[in-house]
Amino acid sequence: MKIAVCVKQVPDSWAEKKMVNGVLDRENVDAVLNDLDEYAVEEALRIAEAHGGNEEGGANTVTVISMGPDRATEALRKALSMGANDAILITDAGLAGADALATSAVLSKVISDGGYELVICGTESTDARMSVVPAMISARLGWAQLTFASKVTVDPSGTVSITRVTEAGVDEISGAFPCVISVVEKINEPRYPSFKGIMAAKKKTIEQKDLAAVGVSATSAWSQVNDATPRPPRAAGVKVTDEGSGGSALVDFLAEKKLI
Amino acid sequence: MSNVFILADFSGDKATKTTAELATAAARIGAVTAVVLAGNGKGATLAATVNQGPIANVLILESDDFAQFGVAASADALANLIKEKSPAAVLIASHAFGKEVAARVAVLTESGIITDAVDVAADATATQLVFGGSTTVHSKVSHGTPIITVRPNSVEADLSASSPATENATANIGDAAKKSKISSSQPLVKGGRPELTEANIVVSGGRGTNGDFAAVEKFADELGAAVGASRAATDAGWYPHSHQVGQTGKSVSPQLYVACGISGAIQHRAGMQTSKTIIVVNKDPEAPLFDIADFGVIGDLFSVLPQATDGIHAKKS
Repeated sequence: MKIAVCVKQVPDSWAEKKMVNGVLDRENVDAVLNDLDEYAVEEALRIAEAHGGNEEGGANTVTVISMGPDRATEALRKALSMGANDAILITDAGLAGADALATSAVLSKVISDGGYELVICGTESTDARMSVVPAMISARLGWAQLTFASKVTVDPSGTVSITRVTEAGVDEISGAFPCVISVVEKINEPRYPSFKGIMAAKKKTIEQKDLAAVGVSATSAWSQVNDATPRPPRAAGVKVTDEGSGGSALVDFLAEKKLI
Repeated sequence: MSNVFILADFSGDKATKTTAELATAAARIGAVTAVVLAGNGKGATLAATVNQGPIANVLILESDDFAQFGVAASADALANLIKEKSPAAVLIASHAFGKEVAARVAVLTESGIITDAVDVAADATATQLVFGGSTTVHSKVSHGTPIITVRPNSVEADLSASSPATENATANIGDAAKKSKISSSQPLVKGGRPELTEANIVVSGGRGTNGDFAAVEKFADELGAAVGASRAATDAGWYPHSHQVGQTGKSVSPQLYVACGISGAIQHRAGMQTSKTIIVVNKDPEAPLFDIADFGVIGDLFSVLPQATDGIHAKKS
């Protein structure tokens, strides 16, 4: 099987994020592989390993695909050190400020040209938090959408079954190759790259392409930010130390605020 | 006056409060048509419950494909309806299903999309709280039909009774939307507690519970609240992951948020700091979450919460 994993480099979850001219300032913060994409890389590796492996000459390949600036190679290198075979990075000045629609258009073109059977994504990025790109890729390619999976079972003859878990409930869903899968946190425990993996990743190929090489033209975002204002920090209120009546003080506060 | 679509939101056979919230926001833009996607023969029953909020019309699309093919079929039918009727905007609930339907509709109708709006103005400008609620953003769709998903519990719903005119339309669903098939569907077993993202009050437990959520749950039940948990608590397996509040879990903004034994890493704050009132109970006086608490109790949650639970109970009786 040819498996593609879509990943994004995001500002570190712990970093303070700021907007500059209506877009997220990505330059002055530490950047990491999106937490939730690690589960997608892990799941791809596990699927490959369960069906003949992805070693050189193995039955499967796992390719990591990302769109972003040059430095996104760091995030790709992390995925490669976990065990993915190779990576594709789409970098183009025309993609600055791209929205989810443009992102999904570029990724879809790369995926359809690559001849993959499975595309695996995380459910959302920890920066934009839209959770829309997997569904958009599925809609653009006309592939089966198997998203919010807490369990994925692949029959290499061409079908995938998943357990979809959302706030609405649990669904069992299946579809035929090719399909787009997104996985929730907790589907697996992503592996730490081994020393051997890290060394091997340095020799793996990251193919960099611009929009012309991908074969799509730049489109401006279809939604615009009018303004972005930091909200005033919350001020700390009353703090009491429990000396036997802390619970009662809490109740008094609730009553005073008419919350009970 | 222009026409605006909302995708009616249901829990079982009943329209949710979210439907009225969507209608309330949409009514600022134009006359509201609630689109009801239903199985064959079920439309009238569902539509009859769409009776709160400023809704002028209900448009029923019936097909058994909705239950069988889920998100893709729903999005296809809605997209085809949008192409036919050209509404001024489309508002959809911002949960997993709603966001994915919106995503596909945006692709299919070549329209811009904004997710997780907490408010929508008359000119369809959406307000979002980003980066864990630390920044307010106003944005607007500039291409096609604005597709906006609105977070449950954000817009104050006009719950006045309405008796919209009901009409049926054909559900047009193409083969490309029938690629993933649902073989079984288990609605979430609802305990007595409200859904985390829709609750007016959320009580959460963290590392300080040491795995014992009994005191947190009892206090939550006394308040009629939903129960949340920090990532530390869900990672330790103390509470189901579906209850995690934070950057990689759910974002909540209830009227009241009570954090018990949670120190307040950015990861957690990102999911709750837009709550209207925040109460923190923690043994550690240096816990960073105290910095954003309207009321803080430095103390052991195992003595503070039971006392508070009894206190509320006494006030009620």
